[in-house]
Amino acid sequence: MPVKVLLPTVLQRLTNNEVEVQAEGGTVREVVDDLERRYPGLKERLCDETGRLRRFVNIYVNNEDIRHLANEETPLKEGDEVSVVPSIAGGASPPGAQRE
Amino acid sequence: MSCVRGLRCKECGRDYPIAAVYVCEFCFGPLEVQYNYEQAAQSMTRDAIAARPRNLWRYRELLPLDGEPTDGLQSGFTPFIRAHNLARELGVRDLYIKNDGVNFPTLSYKDRVVPVAIAKAKELGFDTVGCASTGNLANAVAAHGARAGLRRYIFIPTGLEAGKVMGTLVYQPTLVAVEGNYDDVNRLCSEITNKYHWAFVNVNMRPYYTEGAKTYGFEVGEQLGWRAPDNLVCPVAGGTILPKIWKSFHELERLGLIPSVRTRMFAAQAATCAPVVTAVHRGSDIIPPMKPAPLAESVDTSLRIGNPADGPYVVQAVRQSDGWAEMATNEEIIAAMQLLARTEGIWTETAGGTTLAVAKKLIEQGRIRRDETTVICITGNGLKTLEAVRERLGKPIPIAATLAAFEERVLGA
Ligand SMILES: Cc1ncc(COP(=O)(O)O)c(C=O)c1O
Ligand SMILES: [Zn+2]
Repeated sequence: MPVKVLLPTVLQRLTNNEVEVQAEGGTVREVVDDLERRYPGLKERLCDETGRLRRFVNIYVNNEDIRHLANEETPLKEGDEVSVVPSIAGGASPPGAQRE
Repeated sequence: MSCVRGLRCKECGRDYPIAAVYVCEFCFGPLEVQYNYEQAAQSMTRDAIAARPRNLWRYRELLPLDGEPTDGLQSGFTPFIRAHNLARELGVRDLYIKNDGVNFPTLSYKDRVVPVAIAKAKELGFDTVGCASTGNLANAVAAHGARAGLRRYIFIPTGLEAGKVMGTLVYQPTLVAVEGNYDDVNRLCSEITNKYHWAFVNVNMRPYYTEGAKTYGFEVGEQLGWRAPDNLVCPVAGGTILPKIWKSFHELERLGLIPSVRTRMFAAQAATCAPVVTAVHRGSDIIPPMKPAPLAESVDTSLRIGNPADGPYVVQAVRQSDGWAEMATNEEIIAAMQLLARTEGIWTETAGGTTLAVAKKLIEQGRIRRDETTVICITGNGLKTLEAVRERLGKPIPIAATLAAFEERVLGA
């Protein structure tokens, strides 16, 4: 499932300064794994050791916060837009905490 | 003479040089300005401060600028008044209002944070500034940016009060009304920041911008006769000002300018959008993003942020200080706006109504003790939210221009 991913400046060093990249996956989790294949090192920026999204990472699918959807399991369809935004632009939850 | 050492990640402690960066590359945590306090203490004495101009740069050792400030020279140092009438009405002994509703030039606390962000943006070489705003910030960026000769892209949600929209447009920035609420605007501004080399005051300038909010607390400390209050009640939207006031008291203490801080910090939000209050009540550090109640059901729009950037730091300051958080209903907000006007002659906007309504509630709950010193943070001006009170104020008495009409219609003779 090809989707478009928007990345924040702090990650663009890993993507040759690309702001918008393509990735594949049927869920947000799969897209994160695919990004890691394409841009090694990217996943550890987004996720902690247990594979959960970090406290200060917000992800939006078609402009909706995935915490209002199905979190990392949010399903994706072709052409969806996934945006990764530092939580400075919105709230945060502590490490390991439930992302409600 | 700058006392700035650099930036540090608030979460993992990694250090970064001063630049237009705002999150940690490794953990995405927010970055905060670090100072050399020993150096600051040498020049920042009570006498030295007293001799300085009455503006926000009075405390400049603890603000993140390298050169001489040229922005906001009339901003800050707002009135601090002992509110005798309101104190009597609420049944407390020692009550103060810090009134940023008359901050210069755009009548809100945002006249503190914006000059600092704009001054820093100029030092970093930007020619364009922007912001995501619930209204007051838009006014401040439009005005301060105009004077600084910068291009301005300002983003607000649709449906704001006319006063806030016109109070931005008059300075002729590019004003963009985004479909959706503030949280949508904020996300969009983050995405724009990634692509365009602009200084968004509350996105990539955020480490500098937020430091400007400390000046509210520095002034409270100084105006109270160099001490911190027992209680402070503060409105919360994105969560900038409350933790920065808390920080400012500790910085004053660290420099030996005030005795040790025992202040309890109280957070105020409107019931129509209260993610931080909800977290405090649940005893949780987690602030689940919340969808605000529909605009048509919300008297307040200034504090209408469902996904507050610095919400976790508000919860932390409230907890560390043994404070609390409460919310106010639409009715309570409007009643409190009228109460402040009637008792102290101060017309505040809905954010101020929220704060006073919450203060009243906390006093009734016994969480704010009646014999202690309490500061209520009034951060905005009532002229910007006419819509909130329009139907509540009655009408002037219409009469013909004759003495008889006056006596009959007004005096009821
Ligand atoms: C009048 C007024 N007071 C207080 C605030 C609180 O802001 P924050 O919690 O983001 O510092 C705002 C935010 O827009 C405001 O407009
Ligand atoms: Zn970090």
